[in-house]
Amino acid sequence: MSKQVRQLDRVVIRFAGDSGDGMQLTGDRFTSETAAFGNDLSTLPNFPAEIRAPQGTMAGVSSFQLHFADHDIMTPGDRPDVLVAMNPAALKANVADMPRGGTIIVDSHDFTKRALAKVGYEASPLEDGSLDAYQVHEVDLTGLTLGALEGSGLSRKDAGRAKNMFALGLLSWMYSRPTEGTERFLRKKFATKPTIAEANVAAFRAGWNFGETTESFSISYEVKPAAMTAGTYRNISGNLALSYGLIAASQRSGLPLFLGAYPITPASDILHELSKHKRFGVRTFQAEDEIAGIGAALGASFGGALGVTTTSGPGIALKSETIGLAVSLELPLVVVDVQRGGPSTGLPTKTEQSDLMQAMYGRNGEAPVPVVAPRSPADCFWAALEAARIALAYRTPVMLLSDGYLANGSEPWLIPDVDDLPDLRVDFATELNHTDAKGEAEYWPYLRDPETLARPWAVPGTPGLEHRIGGIEKADGSGNISYDPANHDLMVRTRQAKIDGIARSIPPIEVDDPSGEASVLVLGWGSTHGPIGAACRRVRAAGQQVAQAHLRHLNPFPANLGEVLGKYEKVLIPEMNLGQLSMMVRARYLVDAIAYNQVRGLPFRAEELADVITNLISDTDGE
Amino acid sequence: MTDTVETPGITGGVADLGIPALRHVPKTDEPQKTADFKSDQEVRWCPGCGDYAILAAVQGFLPQLGLKRENIVFVSGIGCSSRFPYYLNTYGMHSIHGRAPAIATGLSASRPDLSVWVVTGDGDALSIGGNHLIHALRRNVNLKILLFNNRIYGLTKGQYSPTSEVGKITKSTPMGSLDYPFNPVSLALGAEATFVARTIDSDRKHLTSVLRAAAEHEGTALVEIYQNCNIFNDGAFDVLKDPSTRDDWLLRMEHGQPLRFGSEGSRGVVRDPSTGGLRVADVAEVGTDALVVHDAHTDDPSYAFALSRLSGQDLAYTPIGVFRSVERPTYDELMTNQVETAQGASDADSATGLTALLRGNDTWTVV
Ligand code: SF4
Repeated sequence: MSKQVRQLDRVVIRFAGDSGDGMQLTGDRFTSETAAFGNDLSTLPNFPAEIRAPQGTMAGVSSFQLHFADHDIMTPGDRPDVLVAMNPAALKANVADMPRGGTIIVDSHDFTKRALAKVGYEASPLEDGSLDAYQVHEVDLTGLTLGALEGSGLSRKDAGRAKNMFALGLLSWMYSRPTEGTERFLRKKFATKPTIAEANVAAFRAGWNFGETTESFSISYEVKPAAMTAGTYRNISGNLALSYGLIAASQRSGLPLFLGAYPITPASDILHELSKHKRFGVRTFQAEDEIAGIGAALGASFGGALGVTTTSGPGIALKSETIGLAVSLELPLVVVDVQRGGPSTGLPTKTEQSDLMQAMYGRNGEAPVPVVAPRSPADCFWAALEAARIALAYRTPVMLLSDGYLANGSEPWLIPDVDDLPDLRVDFATELNHTDAKGEAEYWPYLRDPETLARPWAVPGTPGLEHRIGGIEKADGSGNISYDPANHDLMVRTRQAKIDGIARSIPPIEVDDPSGEASVLVLGWGSTHGPIGAACRRVRAAGQQVAQAHLRHLNPFPANLGEVLGKYEKVLIPEMNLGQLSMMVRARYLVDAIAYNQVRGLPFRAEELADVITNLISDTDGE
Repeated sequence: MTDTVETPGITGGVADLGIPALRHVPKTDEPQKTADFKSDQEVRWCPGCGDYAILAAVQGFLPQLGLKRENIVFVSGIGCSSRFPYYLNTYGMHSIHGRAPAIATGLSASRPDLSVWVVTGDGDALSIGGNHLIHALRRNVNLKILLFNNRIYGLTKGQYSPTSEVGKITKSTPMGSLDYPFNPVSLALGAEATFVARTIDSDRKHLTSVLRAAAEHEGTALVEIYQNCNIFNDGAFDVLKDPSTRDDWLLRMEHGQPLRFGSEGSRGVVRDPSTGGLRVADVAEVGTDALVVHDAHTDDPSYAFALSRLSGQDLAYTPIGVFRSVERPTYDELMTNQVETAQGASDADSATGLTALLRGNDTWTVV
């Protein structure tokens, strides 16, 4: 039977099931197949904080959304075109996100009275007409998997576990994905358990063949490869890109990387990743707590390493005092905050941008810290290099604000040429730099570079430059303890001036305003870049004008930001918090910025942002 | 003003792996004097404070080590004693309350060519920084931790500390403190310390000998130093210093020697079969053969622990000297070994290595 093949320009698929159903793995594999095929893509994993959340409950649902296209895309997609639901809970938790007419593939195996009751379905949604608006494919995925694996030697329970591979096979057929990669992957993953490996491969193939032969799926689809800039690509997640950026910074600075970290979601992957790369001279230290993690990193910086600590919001709260010490010691330090929902424990596995104020001001005293934020998963690589550049050049702690969405999401990355990466070499102090009243040469640890205001960095082991630094206020230049009022005033202002001066080393903010006629500017920072960009495209596609600008540097702001803001009648600032950047912008530039805020633990939807922008444009232009 | 240079342990230049060239602290050929270790800063402890004696002992003893002065680092926390680094002409960091062991851990683990010392007090090490202290000890980081125990909070003007005796009347405890104190030696032993010793500020000779033993130890060495705070807790250790009481209260431990003290050696330490621990007995009653011969190198920490339990809150009886000194690989060394093993296993130079890392296994090319 030859089936119809239909061309599509983009598709959003969401796999959803129990945490134990292997949905993240299924999504990862589909992503790899899609990357290998050459589509542009963007992913959004979404999983519960509990490691073994109760089976069959709404709380235990884990999902993975993937958007792929024949053109460049900016987000994992607002609403899935296709939902694969492995049980009633997965259906219930996700169906509200489906657009009318969307495709739902349901594993009907588990639609028992008990399972339905567990999630509050009084009648089976497969029978009561509540899904009439969708194209529903009821498939006994589990039963078909069991059938396919009969005689495999696996127990029913183990065989049933391969149902995710059956589903992957079916979807791979539907979207004409290449399959060799997945088969190779399964054989490698289960190399020590060949029976399991073959069972998974068999389930995967059975799923594909099911699509090919069954009459319930009459059409398969094709999404052509996207036209992308020439070069070699890989798929990369934010946490991986950030880890690689830190290793690259170490290599390009010639300084050994020292990571002090305490496990915390969603930052632990960086600790795991860096601990694999000792051959680059990376030392990773799993500390007894967050405070020790940053303390050890700062100690290593004192010794001449590139000190790094990684954490999430609650960890930053614990590290605050040491960040203040690093401000006072004026030593390089990269502090990575992979933000998650707060306050307190909040939503550990969900995303948010609510640590901006904490990064900016969460310390005692006047303790300015540069803040840098990546805009996409792959951009975490470049943001890490930039954070390290500032830390090393200006001898300061730097906050790198990633978030859960960037950390776990992934996208294709044009792999850079190592030789093109920035040169981050530093000069250690080796010579006495001052003459005392008696005419004798001495070393002043706080004698600043006139251009950057950075102090010299003399590492232990350098003869003649023995000196003491500490958290007590220091006399300008000599660094000796000083309680002098005028000196304190000078030092506080000088530390601030040093951070403000970083603006001279950062590029001006660029505005994307294709027609040059927009009256509304949308300003964002961090991971909202994708949704804001996609929303602006929609607005423009509908024939309206809107400008977009996105901040990498939140402290200091790029020097031209005020000028840019002044050019537009309205400035809209969407954030996944209650208006933190907008507060900074309003305070600094006296601009009546309009905040649009959500804290749902999920990225913005382009569709909804487009509505907000469109309404603002009609308000503005209609005035 | 500055140059890119090579210093021991840190190599400049792009794509250098930056692994410490030296795994041990370099020695100097130049003779050193006490004066070399004095900084130009005016010492600002209260007149009569026990910290002066300790500072003098350390300044006097460091030249004996013969280490390059630039490879010595003192890291401290917060408290009176934590001003110590300012007065020594070595590298130093006066950090924040309780965190010195954590900061020193990062420094030592990344720079095995440094001799790293931590100066801390009873509040700093045992209260706010207790967690870092026990973890440094269990890891056996190559740190020498000098814990100045004055059984009081000095810098904040006289509140009781985690080593103050129960019932202590202070500004924050007008009706007497309720908390049972830590015995720092017992605590360190419980935290898997490989070297634990105790000494007293007023006994320069003993202090120096214990410091030397600590310096020679590879791994974390915890030295509790009883230190008099003459402003807020004057005379806290007088029973151990006063000629009329000290012989009966103070037990000087020496490795390989029987544990005997008291006027004319009238007392000694014997095994107590009823508890499995140790107890103090009259030598006249038990005879000299029953006395325990001190063995600081025994693997079993319960022996040193039993010794530490001989003294109660009232300081009777107080053993001083080295309780325990055993060998275990240092954290610094183990970490360096892993890095070197990983580097030995790869033959690509670092630039090629970085390219390969960034590419990973799954790439595609767009033309
Ligand atoms: S308060 Fe006590 S411990 Fe502190 S300097 Fe004065 S005497 Fe010494």
